Amino acid sequence: MRERVKRLRQRSLEAHPSVSIERALLLTEFYRENIGTYPQVVLRARAYHHLCANKTISIGDDELIVGERGHEPKATPTYPEITCHSAEDLRILNSRPMTSYTISEEDIERYERDVIPFWNGRSLRDRVFDQLPEEWHRAFSAGVFTEFMEQRAPGHTVGDGKIFEKGMLDFKAEIAVAIAGLDIATDFEALAKRDQLEAMGIVADAAILFAERHAEAAEELAVAESDPARREELERIAEVCRHVPANAPRDFWEALQSYWFVHLGVITELNGWDAYNPGHLDQHLAPFYEKGLNDGGLDRETAKELLECLWVKFNNHPAPPKVGVTAEESGTYTDFANINIGGVRTDGTDAVNEVSYLLLEVIDEMHLLQPSNNIQLSRKNPDEFLKAALEVVRKGYGFPSIFNSDAVVEEMVRQGKTVEDAREGGTSGCVETGAFGKEAFILTGYFNLPKMLELALHDGVDPRTGEQLGPRTGDPIGFATFGEVFEAWRTQVRHFVDIKYRGNHIFERMFADWAQAPFLSILTDDCISSGRDYNAGGARYNTSYIQGVGIGSLTDSFSVIKHHVFDGDSPTMEELIETIDSDFKGRETLRQRLINKTPRYGNDDDRADDIMVRCFEAYHEIVEGRPNLRGGEYHINMLPTTCHVYFGAVMGAMPDGRLAGVPLSEGISPVQGADRQGPTAVFKSAAKMDHLKTGGTLLNMKFTPKLLEGSTGIDMLTGLVRGYFGLDSHHVQFNVVTAETLREAQADPSAHRDLIVRVAGYSDYFCDISRELQDEIIERTEHEGF
Amino acid sequence: MTTPALFAESGGSTGTVFNLQRCSVHDGPGIRTTVFLKGCPLACTWCHNPEGIETAPVLMLSADRCLSCRMCAEACPIDDGGAAPAGEPWERSRCTRCGSCVEACPADARELAGREYRVAELLEAIERDRVFYDTSDGGVTFSGGEPLAQAGFLVDCLRECRRRGLHTAVDTCGLAPRETLLEIAELTDLVLYDLKHMDPDRHRAETGADNRIILDNLRALSARGTELWIRVPLIPGFNDDPENIDATGAFLEVLPRRHPVCVLPYHGIAEGKRSRLEEDAARCELRTPAVELVDEVARQLAIHDLEVSVGASP
Repeated sequence: MRERVKRLRQRSLEAHPSVSIERALLLTEFYRENIGTYPQVVLRARAYHHLCANKTISIGDDELIVGERGHEPKATPTYPEITCHSAEDLRILNSRPMTSYTISEEDIERYERDVIPFWNGRSLRDRVFDQLPEEWHRAFSAGVFTEFMEQRAPGHTVGDGKIFEKGMLDFKAEIAVAIAGLDIATDFEALAKRDQLEAMGIVADAAILFAERHAEAAEELAVAESDPARREELERIAEVCRHVPANAPRDFWEALQSYWFVHLGVITELNGWDAYNPGHLDQHLAPFYEKGLNDGGLDRETAKELLECLWVKFNNHPAPPKVGVTAEESGTYTDFANINIGGVRTDGTDAVNEVSYLLLEVIDEMHLLQPSNNIQLSRKNPDEFLKAALEVVRKGYGFPSIFNSDAVVEEMVRQGKTVEDAREGGTSGCVETGAFGKEAFILTGYFNLPKMLELALHDGVDPRTGEQLGPRTGDPIGFATFGEVFEAWRTQVRHFVDIKYRGNHIFERMFADWAQAPFLSILTDDCISSGRDYNAGGARYNTSYIQGVGIGSLTDSFSVIKHHVFDGDSPTMEELIETIDSDFKGRETLRQRLINKTPRYGNDDDRADDIMVRCFEAYHEIVEGRPNLRGGEYHINMLPTTCHVYFGAVMGAMPDGRLAGVPLSEGISPVQGADRQGPTAVFKSAAKMDHLKTGGTLLNMKFTPKLLEGSTGIDMLTGLVRGYFGLDSHHVQFNVVTAETLREAQADPSAHRDLIVRVAGYSDYFCDISRELQDEIIERTEHEGF
Repeated sequence: MTTPALFAESGGSTGTVFNLQRCSVHDGPGIRTTVFLKGCPLACTWCHNPEGIETAPVLMLSADRCLSCRMCAEACPIDDGGAAPAGEPWERSRCTRCGSCVEACPADARELAGREYRVAELLEAIERDRVFYDTSDGGVTFSGGEPLAQAGFLVDCLRECRRRGLHTAVDTCGLAPRETLLEIAELTDLVLYDLKHMDPDRHRAETGADNRIILDNLRALSARGTELWIRVPLIPGFNDDPENIDATGAFLEVLPRRHPVCVLPYHGIAEGKRSRLEEDAARCELRTPAVELVDEVARQLAIHDLEVSVGASP
């Protein structure tokens, strides 16, 4: 690693996240003066232009890739038009022990004076909550489901190759063609489309203006710079910023800088989930890399240095701070930008190239929290590539995570995408499948599957509150068969998915009408040609997801009911319900029996795994194929981020022996400690789910470093991954760490600040996550000693 | 110590298995399932599978898991001296190994090491990880105990594995009739052969049997052309002295063929098992050999023009 990168990396590690109120001030100022003057989408575009024209330009020492969303590294803006933080929210952010964001009392006061009053009743969150029905609010506060769009905009999307092949001026030309083609005589939406396209043109200009302001700043710095080497770099930065993103990049450096301006554009326009990411970065950069090596303009080490400068940029951009329950759902600085490496090209050939290996080196050397990264592993990719990735995995950073590229493609083809669009796609966020550059694949919220069983076991009453939350599905003591319990569960699921679904329409409508994303629309096919916004169905594919959580806990609980209550002789249903209602108080012997003498998911035991499949299929059937407002369809995926902790906290004890308040099982992993047959059995169990019917599943495996030593360790992991993927599964990630190390870190966080663990679909600093989550990670089965 | 009865035909179709270890990567190439067969003609003081020595199933009790709920005692058909919670007296000799207490124990503190399998049933269990054998060039390893102690069952299993195209390995101590061993060697793809000590007296003292047959058998297998990995368990104070290591190397050097040698440093995993068998934990006071010692032994062996590695596979 070059000295420059070491310094940049160190500074990035040391900078503490803060709240930047600059965006809120500029935006509010613009809205206040112009509200009612323009159509909403044009208002938003002009407000964005106002931001780009006035926000602070930051070019730091040593930097080669430039541009910040806030006024300095790790300064994170707020998005009051979506969610307006109260003064109290800001004070909590400043002082809370975990994932805090510093903000001065002076800024809070200014926010209170200049921002909050304007947005009171105007922010999307304020307005949408008024429109949601009472049943939605009750389910939401009971922890039945969460809502992604109450504080952040839809996003969950990724760039494709066109960002590296075109500049903003090219997009403007396309916009002009689209406007010229509008005919109000034949298209009654033509006026709305014209507004939309006009807005896209304005934000394209804004992005160019923002880059030019960086060029000017770099030129000014160059004049004042005494070090001739740095002066030359600043002049080069200015030259790059004059050229991109207005024009298509000409070389490796410009390609990275151009991407970064695009990235900043997306995350400044709105606080969309998962930020943004360049998708198949190795494929996009390969032509620039080869050209640079051939014409002598680039060497391998310089390419790596530039990439590492980009990595620092990602790390300098923590997730926008959330408030309330959403902070618990995913309490992390990670903003989920997830770089894809490997996979296949659009023609289906092996995409692994020299830049793939270069990126793995960068990931290894930098081991920063952001960006997340993964390999897309196709059966066409060589084992050498997988092994190079596993060498990094073995270091214990928790990344890269590993995806089955062939399954990811098949999932998308099943959903109706062309095979070429599917191959250009991959995964983003945690594990979410999408057609990069062409799809708005929106995660709408987590769904608490075990809570539905809790309700079914109480005739629809939430035992936490005594309230009749769900439909009356019958007193379970009267159930004569396991099938009746299952049907009661299914009825509860359907009831609350219906509520969630109706709520989602309201959010979709609100974002389509009030929070358009013209800049993201430029980057997403076919928003320009259709004249529609990303948030209003402009993308080629428009998918909505509801993410199922807790299938391991659900399966094991059902298994107890089936094997003990119905197939065995004790406990009776009455005893079981009484026992869980008392949180197993004084019933430890029974609890142990249920834990130890029940077929449980994760052991390649069909008696349990068949139940898992039945639950999965039922949930799939209930959600799959429902239309959304954007012209697309609903699908499911099975991932929790950290929501299994929150969902566990709102639940009493479960038949599987889980005590009240304890986290649920995570992703599609077995209940913590339930798997006793080693990793191959876990993989076999997990693969019985039909992953191809989802848009992503998440499986976490934890290994101690010792197990992975030497070529035997790498060969074993290679065999495990290839075997699991041969079963059409979606994803696996490995935590490589000892429980002892984790306990030490818990006891002495200051000495383990750099300890990164795989949490769910991403890695996080162990010391930044909650105590409960820390405990849970320690407890996750260590596959030791096989 | 050698009991000829152990080598009698065990009926061919059923055998006693005390563990099926999935995702095993230390008993042959790739990802494997290791099948631990009961019964062993030796009784090495350091044995890391002490529950596998006896032919019949044995009861193991994990005191730390025991809830003292007495469900075991209630379930046990023997009234006097029957099953009891950890720390309470019971008569192991009266145990009929019926498994009632194991089934009754809510905490899984009790385990019966050893249950009967039919060949087809065992193969079904083995086949469960086939996909991983295929992706890692792995397969099945028969270990023990001493797998040749159930030679008839082993032969049937190996035949069936071969018919199904599964790679097999047999992990043996070498103490078996020559013709049995050669028959097994015909049916398996790899033999993992333990070599414990070169001195017959020392061998007898610590394992219960002389090493003459073991050494002769190894020569015969080597001459036959069997694919062999030689495994030297390194037991501090028993076989780590330079004289023995030199003698081991010299013996291997003059075998008809040259075979990879794996040095397996002793580890303390059996301590917990001994306590679960309620055996005297102090039966042997052993420690894990230091890394320097292991490396030195490997170096000494390599002097004899051998391919030596530390760990379970070459």
